[in-house]
Amino acid sequence: MTRRLMEGSEAMAEAAIAAGCRFFAGYPMTPFTELLEHFAAKLPDEGGTCVNAESELEAVGMAWGACATGFRAATGSTGQGLSLMQESLSEMTRAELPLVVFNMSRGQSDYFQATRGGGHGDYRHLVLAPIDVTEAIEHVQTAFHLAEKWRNPVLIYGDYLLAHTAEAVEVAPLELDQLPETDWAVDGTRSGTGNPRNVNSIGMIPGIKGIDPETFWKRLQAKHDAIAESEARFESESTEDAEVLVVAFGSMARFARHVVRELRGEGIRVGYFRPVTLWPFPSDALRAAAEGVQRVAVLEQNAGQMIDDVRLSVLGAAPVSAIGGISSDEAGFGVGPLLDVDRIRGRVEAALETGGGER
Amino acid sequence: MSDTIRTDAPPEAAARRTGEFLPKLQLTGDHDLCPGCGEPLAVRTLLEAITDVGMTHQCVGVIGIGCYTALTSNMNVDLIQALHGRAPSLATGAKRMRPDTLFFTLQGDGDMASEGLQEVIHTAARGENVTCILINNGVFGETGGHMTATTVLGQRTKNSIEGRDADYHGYPIDMMAMLAPLGGTAYAARGTVHDAKGVARTRRMVRRAFETQLRGDGFSIVEILTMCPTGWFIPTAEGPGYLDEVLRSVHGTGEWKRDGELLTQAAVPPGDDEDLLA
Ligand SMILES: Cc1ncc(C[n+]2csc(CCOP(=O)(O)OP(=O)(O)O)c2C)c(N)n1
Ligand code: SF4
Ligand SMILES: [Mg+2]
Repeated sequence: MTRRLMEGSEAMAEAAIAAGCRFFAGYPMTPFTELLEHFAAKLPDEGGTCVNAESELEAVGMAWGACATGFRAATGSTGQGLSLMQESLSEMTRAELPLVVFNMSRGQSDYFQATRGGGHGDYRHLVLAPIDVTEAIEHVQTAFHLAEKWRNPVLIYGDYLLAHTAEAVEVAPLELDQLPETDWAVDGTRSGTGNPRNVNSIGMIPGIKGIDPETFWKRLQAKHDAIAESEARFESESTEDAEVLVVAFGSMARFARHVVRELRGEGIRVGYFRPVTLWPFPSDALRAAAEGVQRVAVLEQNAGQMIDDVRLSVLGAAPVSAIGGISSDEAGFGVGPLLDVDRIRGRVEAALETGGGER
Repeated sequence: MSDTIRTDAPPEAAARRTGEFLPKLQLTGDHDLCPGCGEPLAVRTLLEAITDVGMTHQCVGVIGIGCYTALTSNMNVDLIQALHGRAPSLATGAKRMRPDTLFFTLQGDGDMASEGLQEVIHTAARGENVTCILINNGVFGETGGHMTATTVLGQRTKNSIEGRDADYHGYPIDMMAMLAPLGGTAYAARGTVHDAKGVARTRRMVRRAFETQLRGDGFSIVEILTMCPTGWFIPTAEGPGYLDEVLRSVHGTGEWKRDGELLTQAAVPPGDDEDLLA
């Protein structure tokens, strides 16, 4: 295979198909729209289906149905569309369905939505936040794998930059562990056998009257605890003797990493830490990285969301401050003036000057 | 015991009636719904119709939320449990991936006509090859008898205590009149289970709907009027009569569309659907 210039949307659609995704449904919204277009163009040739749903509510429902029959399926949107899907996303988690969801967000203001969710009940989604198109290709394949491994929805958090930036990339299949055969999906062949299946979110078992929600929910809790234990991922650089540790995710981390490397090149003691999974949040690794720093500087493109998780990880070991903020273009797509190396460098330098001084 | 009758020895037991009256797709006839409820009858009819069309081992139900949801533990059918109102989109995605399987939704009037109206309209308009079964009792039975989008004018419910008033509560939706004309709808009919004739006709309607799906002709829907004495606040025995007089006067029974052809009300006036007598 050779590298080809592809925008993130196309690369992610190709990666999904390479991972075995055969169903997609969505409703257009910038900057997610192109992802839908690429699925619509590519899936039929692979024996798959892409439905132009009449709303995000129906898009997630269609993907739910496809998932329940044992096929790899995905949906997606931009934050607003994800808001509409919340009822289904939380319920699908409890129905233990391996859905992959793309949020091509407007900036990074859907961090809370991605990591806390707006749905009902005790539920958790794995969230992967790729830094660039190359990593997005890996993450999409990993997402389908983790979704099936844990029987839990996995969200890919991207943005305008990720979806629309063209990079020379290759969609190479990832080597992933073999997963056991699916033994929970419905295809209709157990109907009439006396031993049918019921894909549901509250522990209903065919032939048994009534339910036992508490036992069922506690089992899900144990599963989510196990995910939290084992699936946190992060990337870090130059943390050993850092005075200031810059924490950023997704596209903002791409800027942060560049700036930290530049400053390090000049002998300035800054470090870089990136949560690769937003949930589970790599708290232990971040706490270790923040050991001995004078300040933790959080660069995120929103009013301050991930900073809560950073504080909960650092637990007062160093002052934590925001060096990002809301930044947008005129249309509100999140392509703001903050996406600029010099500007970010200035903010990191200001954090260096403050050091451990101000809280 | 083998299936062959041995003639060389006396029978093990005296002759007795051993016929099994449970449909193949039902695990038990036992249920926890109210006495006089029409939903177990409607579901039984639906399950019989699946076997009628030879899809006993190749069918999946997508279930809405209402009293009928509790009947799923009795069903010998692969199921997907949907959220309230959302079954048609789930059925869409599922059927697209498994086109050879018979897919049906089971939804109440609260589920389909109130909460999920958009879903069923678009599924019909897209001409999805699925069959939606609407169990219409004119109330949210499950929550205790509240007004839905099909509650008829004058009907008393817990939140239209003096009876549904058009000026205050708006008008009921006639689901057949709305869905039958859509281009993607190939079959649409409304049956009832308030009497034996109605049950027999309904079974034929559901069978025709499934045959429509199996031919790949597009969307099919059968609405089934069911008794809900609890949600209607009437004595159990008065359920069938109330259904016939009150619900059926607005939601007339008969076929609305067959083989993609709209049937005029003159051709099949409500209550005069003799064609559907088996
Ligand atoms: C989003 C949502 N809103 C409300 C409910 C509560 N609820 C459960 S069943 C039901 C009404 C069901 O009515 P219908 O579909 O007509 O079924 P019936 O009980 O009459 O058989 C409602 C409102 C719910 N489960 N989900
Ligand atoms: S409330 Fe109505 S619909 Fe529900 S079980 Fe009782 S009679 Fe049936
Ligand atoms: Mg009802």
